[in-house]
Amino acid sequence: MNSQARIPAVELSSRDLKHNAHNALGDAQLRGNMRKAMDSLMAKRLASMPDEYEREHLREMGNHVRARALSRLPELLERLEANLTRNGVKVHWAETTEEANRIVLEIAERHQAKQVIKGKSMVSEEMEMNHFLERHGIEALESDMGEYIIQLDHEKPTHIIMPAIHKNARQVADLFHDRLGEPYTEDVDALIQTGRRVLRKKFLEADIGVSGVNFAVAETGTLLLVENEGNGRMSTTVPPVHIAVTGIEKVVENLRDVVPLLSLLTRSALGQGITTYVNMISGPRKADELDGPQEVHLVLLDNGRSQAFADGELRQTLNCIRCGACMNHCPVYTRIGGQAYGTVYPGPIGKIISPHLMGLENTPDHPSASSLCGACGEVCPVKIPIPSLLRRLREENVKAPDDPHKVMRGQGSKYSPRERLLWKGWRLLNRSPWLYRVFGFFATRLRGLTPSNLGPWTQNHSAPKPAARSLHELAREHLEGK
Amino acid sequence: MSELFYNAAPNATRVAPPLPEPRQYPAQKPGNAYLFGTCVLDLFFPEAGLDAIRLLEREGIQVHFPQEQSCCGQPAYTSGYTDEAREVARAQLALFAEDWPLVVPSGSCAGMIRHHYCELFKDEPATLRQVQALAARTFELAEFLLHICKVEFKDRGQPTRIALHTSCSARREMNTHLHGRALLAQLERVERVEHDHEGECCGFGGTFSVRMPDISGAMVADKTRALQDSGAAEVVSADGGCLLNINGALEKQHAPLRGQHLASFLWKRTGGAR
Ligand code: SF4
Repeated sequence: MNSQARIPAVELSSRDLKHNAHNALGDAQLRGNMRKAMDSLMAKRLASMPDEYEREHLREMGNHVRARALSRLPELLERLEANLTRNGVKVHWAETTEEANRIVLEIAERHQAKQVIKGKSMVSEEMEMNHFLERHGIEALESDMGEYIIQLDHEKPTHIIMPAIHKNARQVADLFHDRLGEPYTEDVDALIQTGRRVLRKKFLEADIGVSGVNFAVAETGTLLLVENEGNGRMSTTVPPVHIAVTGIEKVVENLRDVVPLLSLLTRSALGQGITTYVNMISGPRKADELDGPQEVHLVLLDNGRSQAFADGELRQTLNCIRCGACMNHCPVYTRIGGQAYGTVYPGPIGKIISPHLMGLENTPDHPSASSLCGACGEVCPVKIPIPSLLRRLREENVKAPDDPHKVMRGQGSKYSPRERLLWKGWRLLNRSPWLYRVFGFFATRLRGLTPSNLGPWTQNHSAPKPAARSLHELAREHLEGK
Repeated sequence: MSELFYNAAPNATRVAPPLPEPRQYPAQKPGNAYLFGTCVLDLFFPEAGLDAIRLLEREGIQVHFPQEQSCCGQPAYTSGYTDEAREVARAQLALFAEDWPLVVPSGSCAGMIRHHYCELFKDEPATLRQVQALAARTFELAEFLLHICKVEFKDRGQPTRIALHTSCSARREMNTHLHGRALLAQLERVERVEHDHEGECCGFGGTFSVRMPDISGAMVADKTRALQDSGAAEVVSADGGCLLNINGALEKQHAPLRGQHLASFLWKRTGGAR
């Protein structure tokens, strides 16, 4: 593998989106891999939802189910806790990622755990659980193939569903050859077999299995987990202890609510009608059962979600079911890849959720890194109006520091008195017909003086030259000449 | 599939509201119409605005162009300067007082007036009613020509191959991306060729192209390459912003191809006096 060309993702900072993007754009291999992968994912999604009418109805339904759950979030969370507890699951609440990590560590220490095997979980990425556990002498191994590849290469996931989507078979072959000492092969099946062989052993050795949660059902106290590789099932049943981690927004009211969401999730993500495995976890092993863990824990993480929840508009961010369709269809994500964002969640959803998780001060450029083309909002299965939320975050981002209306952490991180003045001037110009007329007159008559260097614009364009006469003039002449 | 859910669930929100109806159009062609020129057309593509006026006049419509108009407010709105956008929008509102349709030769400005003005004035009930009424009579040019004027074009040009670039707002906000196609399809010697990733953004996004020049540059580079590879002799778009972006990039690359506004293309092909 060409490790020179690889972006050292671990060091990428969310504050340097522009700089990261610049580097990513220069990586031809990355751009090629991403384009190919996203084109295929877009085609798959479309093929799995051929009936526009059904698709739109289902999206509408998905939106309603999520909105209804969120409108009663505190109540549903309490019911979830009560029902899980009744089923024998221990429920823990964490406001910050540090708290969540400490909870996991405590459980691990109580069991003198040395090895943790993990299914795919974005919340554990949020917590940087692996590093935390390793610092405390506990090995945490990813068992999802994509996550495993990423872990081997010390990278961060580039996509929430397919963490290693930015790599092609050749790059993975190199990696397995380098890091595992396996004979070099580009045969994808052989590569998967290699990964499996390494991981199988680990499942049996692990003291604790960690997983995420796709949907937490309040009424029944059920944790739903969808996956294709079987590793999720292994890590939640083989080790004696299972810890599930999830954001507080993942709760839905009842099992029937899950039906449309599941259908939307799998089809939006990979174009699948259903995944190979749908795990429904409702408690630890009972006395007469043959398998399953002896202890099940659920850690419910806030980490900024309640900030989004507090604002009726921004709350829609929490509708997300993490299907990744928005990133698959995003022209920006397709070009820069997921790591350039420097956040756990990349792409359009990342741009609206990360400011809540990390504060706008740590994600100052995220809301602006979009042309608002609307492709994300068009495909989102739960109809999150991502473009309007991006716009809203831009508004929060340029608010004056002394603005009394405080909605989020890091608000006003892009405030610039100079820029504000510029827009005030723009307003004056466009509100005053005579000023606009004078401006139009000089812009057209002095068009020869248009500077050829217009900063960032002329990086990709020649300087635009105003026409000899404005439409205002042409229209007046034309219409008065009648 | 959806039936399954309909029947399944007494206590869940199963019954989705019906899909939004396609837009209803007045059966009568109006005698008068306003033209909103848009600030980009005003300075950079004034001929396109004039051609839009001519196309409407040829349909027997008296066109009104209030001289006090400036910008719809979109640049400030999408940049987060909502107050500034609102005040500029307010200035436009007063100019289109008669109950005539407002025709906008640009998908994104039409989308701004039709959809986002309501958001801007949501806290001012009286203005909101005025805005909603305006939104209801705001039409994108191609939409207006096709559905209200019910134009029938006669092709008077030489055979040509064109690529049509539709703006994202035309596609996703105004739902008018098919209208341009339908108009062009009336011209029998015009062959429309598809280009690679036709539905993808050209990378303009107003201030996005200035705030994120690298990303925007990569997007417009792919778009201009696709347009050149399509085998089209001409590029047509109904959006001034996209044209500014695409043409500026083509010029910088010293490519011979240039985009022109749909209004100008239509006017020329159908016997315009130029
Ligand atoms: S925002 Fe919508 S499209 Fe994006 S990951 Fe979430 S549910 Fe999927």
